[in-house]
Amino acid sequence: MKVYADNAATTKMSRHAIEAMMPYFDEIYANPSSLHSEGQRAAEALLDARERIGACLGCSSKEIYFTSGGSEADNQAIISAARIGERKGKKHIISTAFEHHAVLHTLDKLKKEGFDIELLPVGEKGNITAQQVANAIREDTCLVTVMYANNEIGSVLPIAEIGEVCKEKKVLFHTDAVQAAGHLHINVKDENIDMLSLSAHKFHGPKGVGVLYSRLGIPLVNVIEGGAQERGKRGGTENLPGIMGMAAALEDACAKIDENAEKVSFLRDKLIKGLSEIEHSILNGDEVNRLPGNVSFCFEGIEGESLLLLLDEKGICASSGSACTSGSLDPSHVLLAIGRPHEVAHGSLRLTLCESNTEEEVDYILKCVPEVVNYLRNMSPLWHDKVSGKKEFFLK
Amino acid sequence: MALYSEKVMDHFKHPRNVGTIENADGVGEVGNAKCGDIMKIYLKIDDGIISDVKFETFGCGSAIASSSMATEMIKGKPLSEALQLTNKAVAEALDGLPAHKMHCSVLAEEAIKAAVKDYYDKNGIKYDEKIFGSCDSCCHSCEI
Repeated sequence: MKVYADNAATTKMSRHAIEAMMPYFDEIYANPSSLHSEGQRAAEALLDARERIGACLGCSSKEIYFTSGGSEADNQAIISAARIGERKGKKHIISTAFEHHAVLHTLDKLKKEGFDIELLPVGEKGNITAQQVANAIREDTCLVTVMYANNEIGSVLPIAEIGEVCKEKKVLFHTDAVQAAGHLHINVKDENIDMLSLSAHKFHGPKGVGVLYSRLGIPLVNVIEGGAQERGKRGGTENLPGIMGMAAALEDACAKIDENAEKVSFLRDKLIKGLSEIEHSILNGDEVNRLPGNVSFCFEGIEGESLLLLLDEKGICASSGSACTSGSLDPSHVLLAIGRPHEVAHGSLRLTLCESNTEEEVDYILKCVPEVVNYLRNMSPLWHDKVSGKKEFFLK
Repeated sequence: MALYSEKVMDHFKHPRNVGTIENADGVGEVGNAKCGDIMKIYLKIDDGIISDVKFETFGCGSAIASSSMATEMIKGKPLSEALQLTNKAVAEALDGLPAHKMHCSVLAEEAIKAAVKDYYDKNGIKYDEKIFGSCDSCCHSCEI
C-alpha cells in the first residue's frame, strides 16, 4: 500500500487546478504587461485571479501581491515592516520561537542590522497568548509576526486575538498562514491582519507561487527589483499559469473548508488515538486546537530518520523533526521550543493528512508505525537502558 | 531514497550482527542521546581473535548501517586488525556516506576501539594510550 501522509510538506495538485493552468501555457500565454490584445487577455485573467483570491481572504484585489511562494512573502512582509519602523526609529520586532525558518532567518538578518528581535516562548502545547504579545509590545515595536498555525506540530494560534491587540497598540501584524490557508477560515479584516503569507502548493495548487496580502496603505519594500509588475512591488513577469492554478485551488479549498476539516480531523483523531497507545510516546501540539490534518508524535528511545526510512519501505511517506533529517546537529527548533528534550525530539514523526486519505490508509499506518517503533527500540541501547532502569524515561 | 547508496540501505534494512553478547569480553559505547546517536559494540574474544561481535544502535539509517558494516569488517579478525579499522574504510565499504553523515562512521570506529579498550582494561593488558586518543573526523558530539 502507498500512503502519502506528508501533506504539510506539499500536496498533490488537484485536477481542477491543473486544468485551470493549462490554457495559460499555450493559449493565453502573452505577457500581461504587453499592450496588445493578447497581453490584455492575460492581464484580465491575472486581475480575475487577484479578485478571486482577495475574496477568499476577505480583502481587496489591490491588497494581493503575487510572489514565488510563502518564503518570499514572509521575507517581503518582514523586511517592509522593518524598513517602515526604522524610519520612525522603531527597531523592536516580536515573533515566536517556533516560526518557520523563512521568518526566523529573515529576523536573524535584521538582528545583524541592529534590530531587537524578541521571540516569545511557546507553551508546552505549542501556543502563545495574545496577552504575551500585549505584554511584549513597546513604544519602539514595529512588527508582530506570529504564524497562523505551526507546520510541524499543527497548533493553531489565536490570530484574531493577537490582531486585536496589535490594532489597539497600532503595531503592524503579519502572519505566516502557509499551513492555514485553505484549511482554516481566514478573514484578514475580521482578524485585523495587516500582512499575510500563503503558498499555493499547501492546498493542492502548484509549487513556486504564493501570495503576500498587505493592507492598503502599507508601503511595501521590494525584495525583487524589476519592472512595474505587482504595482511596482515585485519585479518579474507574473507566473500566470501558477497564479491561475493557485486561484482555482484556493477557491476549491475555501468552498470545502468545513467538509474537508470534518473528514480529515476524523482521520487525524483516529490516528492520534491509535498512536497514543504506543508506550513512552507523546502527542506534540494541542489535542483540540490543531490543524485538521496534523499528527505529530515523539517516541522515546528511537531516532526519527530511521523511522522514516523504514516507513518509506512500507510505502508510507512521512516526515520528522530529527536532526538527521535536517542535516544539522540539532533536532527541530519547534520541538525544542515546546520543551521536548533533545533526545525525545530526535524521535519525532509527523504525519499530515488531506481529504483524499482514507480510513484504510490510517489503519495501515496504525499497523506499521508500532511495528517499526518496536523494531528500532529492540536494537536501541538507549531503549534498553531505560527499560532496565539504568536511565530514566522522559515520557510516560 | 537516493540519499543513501544501495549498500547503506541494505545494511540498514538487514543489519548484520544486531543484538548483545552475554558476558562479553569487551563492551564499548559511544555517542550520546542528546546528539541522536549511540552505538554499543559487544566483543567475544578468543586467543586475540574477535570470534563474535554484536551491536546495538540508537540513531539514523547511516548509524545503523555503519554499525552493521563495521561489525562485519572485524568479525573473525585479530584485535590488532580491528584497531586499524578507520571510519573511512567503513564509509567506503558502504559505497560512501553523505558528508553530514560521516560522523556515523566515526562512531562505529570509536565504538570498536572503546570495546577493545574495555577488553584490555578488564584483562590488564598493557597498550599505548595513543591508539584510543584519536578523534580524526570530529563528530562534534562533545560540542553540544
